[in-house]
Amino acid sequence: MVTQIHPLIKPANDLTREPLLRVEDLKAYFFMDEGIVRAVDGVSFDVMPGKVVGIVGESGCGKSVTMKAILQILEAGAKIVNGKVTLRSRIHHGDPNSAEELIELTHLHPNSRQMRRIRGAEIALIPQEPMAAFSPVHTVGNQIMETILLHQDVSKKEARQIAIDVFRAVGISMPEQRIDSYSWQLSGGLRQRAIIAMALSCNPRLLIADEPTTAIDVTTQAQILKLLRKLQEERQTSIIFITHDLGVIAQMADEVVVMYLGMVMEKGSAMKIFKDAQHPYTQALLRSIPSVQSHPRVKLPTIAGSIAHPFNRPKGCPFHPRCTHFMRGVCDASQPHLVEVDEDHFVSCFLYSEADGTKKMTKTGAALAKEESL
Amino acid sequence: MLRYILQRLILIPILLIIFSIMVFALVQAPPGDFLTSYIATLASTGSSLNQETIAMLEHQFGLDQPVHIQYLRWMQNLLRGDLGLSLEYQLPNAELINDRLGLTLILALFAFVFTWVMAIPIGIYSATHRNTILDYLVTVVNYTGVAIPNFMLALILMWFAYSQFGLSVTGLFSRDFEQAPWSIAKGIDLLKHIWLPMIVIGLAGTARLTRVMRANLLDELNKPYIVSGRARGLSEWQLVMKYPVRLAINPLVSTIGWYLPELFSGSLIVATVMNLQNIGPLLLRSLINQDMYLAGAILMIYCFLAIIGTLISDILLAWLDPRIRMEKA
Repeated sequence: MVTQIHPLIKPANDLTREPLLRVEDLKAYFFMDEGIVRAVDGVSFDVMPGKVVGIVGESGCGKSVTMKAILQILEAGAKIVNGKVTLRSRIHHGDPNSAEELIELTHLHPNSRQMRRIRGAEIALIPQEPMAAFSPVHTVGNQIMETILLHQDVSKKEARQIAIDVFRAVGISMPEQRIDSYSWQLSGGLRQRAIIAMALSCNPRLLIADEPTTAIDVTTQAQILKLLRKLQEERQTSIIFITHDLGVIAQMADEVVVMYLGMVMEKGSAMKIFKDAQHPYTQALLRSIPSVQSHPRVKLPTIAGSIAHPFNRPKGCPFHPRCTHFMRGVCDASQPHLVEVDEDHFVSCFLYSEADGTKKMTKTGAALAKEESL
Repeated sequence: MLRYILQRLILIPILLIIFSIMVFALVQAPPGDFLTSYIATLASTGSSLNQETIAMLEHQFGLDQPVHIQYLRWMQNLLRGDLGLSLEYQLPNAELINDRLGLTLILALFAFVFTWVMAIPIGIYSATHRNTILDYLVTVVNYTGVAIPNFMLALILMWFAYSQFGLSVTGLFSRDFEQAPWSIAKGIDLLKHIWLPMIVIGLAGTARLTRVMRANLLDELNKPYIVSGRARGLSEWQLVMKYPVRLAINPLVSTIGWYLPELFSGSLIVATVMNLQNIGPLLLRSLINQDMYLAGAILMIYCFLAIIGTLISDILLAWLDPRIRMEKA
């Protein structure tokens, strides 16, 4: 297979405006005996250098599959069927001043050397469950050093030193001893830090954090989020932060992508999503967050119905069966497209569709609808 | 770790005493004793023994004593390292067993190595190439291997070799070497003959072990650490060999315990069918003729091997799996 690489050496001032990662109309399907599951069905977003993109959605909406598709580590049976993932990769991985090239990841074979050199070195994953993400019969240090030795031209002793340094950087005390422990000997918080250390060990420019704080208690969660934010600012790493927790997104993200059943419902800057959500789904999600102001013992509003089974996804807009603004004959007939409702703010909903012409008109309609629902 | 091994070592004598009671009860269990079956054999050929001779023999073998006295006398001798006298051969049991021990060990070792060398790579291939044609083929061969009794397989192979190639594949030596003292030529002759019994004895175990390896590995291949490893840029080969294979072997190691004695006793019928001069036929004969001290001695060795096998697999497991090692430390 011929891979297309366009070396692209640009002056430094220009770089911050180019996305580090661009995902365009990505589709990844599971081909199973029972049928095809369209887990990711046309997802597009950009990750700018040094920014945090939060991807929110309920369980099963395709957040993790999107990430696996970007890294090309989908499980057997799943395939990328369409779309383009372009990474601005350093030619010398790990060197912050390296020249860059644009690599279309979707053109690389999942097991190719080039793809493997990007995983861990340019894009690193912080997986969901830190306990299970480490092998129980190898020391934590062994696995981190393995990554370092794989991507960097260093001796074993140097790799160990790098691992100890990165352990220290993520705030693990006594790194020299802890590095030789097994994952199950560490506390939940330490394990989380260790897995972050493993992801950072090769200085990747993009971190994918897949629900990194789901498995830990709230206090530790706050510490971990603070740590991630600090590391991100220090190293100017970009992060794709996957979570179902809007509270976490509010703390972490610069940009937000709201997903439902494999599709992007709404995306925009965190400010716009939280202050001026346009999509009925996003609005419903925001309403169902408990806050300090909510009255005790009063039920939080929930979204009616449950997420559709992947085999019989509703026709038209996937959210229409649960939507309070459902328009018969419109929403269940065809799929809406992402429409720019404001600068850097996109919504995929017929309330804002270009179908009836002016954007302004529809926006008023949406505002009305919003008032009604409140 | 050392304490753990010591604890296990202390347990061995206690287990051996319990097993010795069970073994003795079992070899005593059939009605009658060696003399009654001996008399019956003589009677069927037309001769007989007079009452005095019978009484004399009974007294000589201690068969006129109550069972618990017989057991205590047997135990006393065992503790002194005396395995007793075979009633049938009128030779020390130790000598009879010793004669065959070498060949038994060699054959068992070959079958054991064959099993592991075949089962682990095939199991790995089968799991990593799940639902491919070769995987299905392996699965079919495995089920057949488990389902065919190995003496049957021995008979089929012997018939096949004889009818197609005119080869007689019984025994472990050519006729010239059977009674010859050990030499390099005899060793080579052994190697020429040992492969068939090795396959016959090892096949069922290989099939079972392959299935276990495949199942274990399939379990491990879905674990999150695989995703994590892949996301770090490991190649599939590095990934599979370092993590899941390592973890999938752990449960296999724990099977060594029961596998070791089974390799000795499992070859009982095959060895008889194929005329292999190992302990198997000796045990079978001693059980048929109620040669109870010989049977008891062999069964005690089996029990001892089971204990040692379990100990070895426990130590190996602790060595392989830090979760067990640390807990026991």
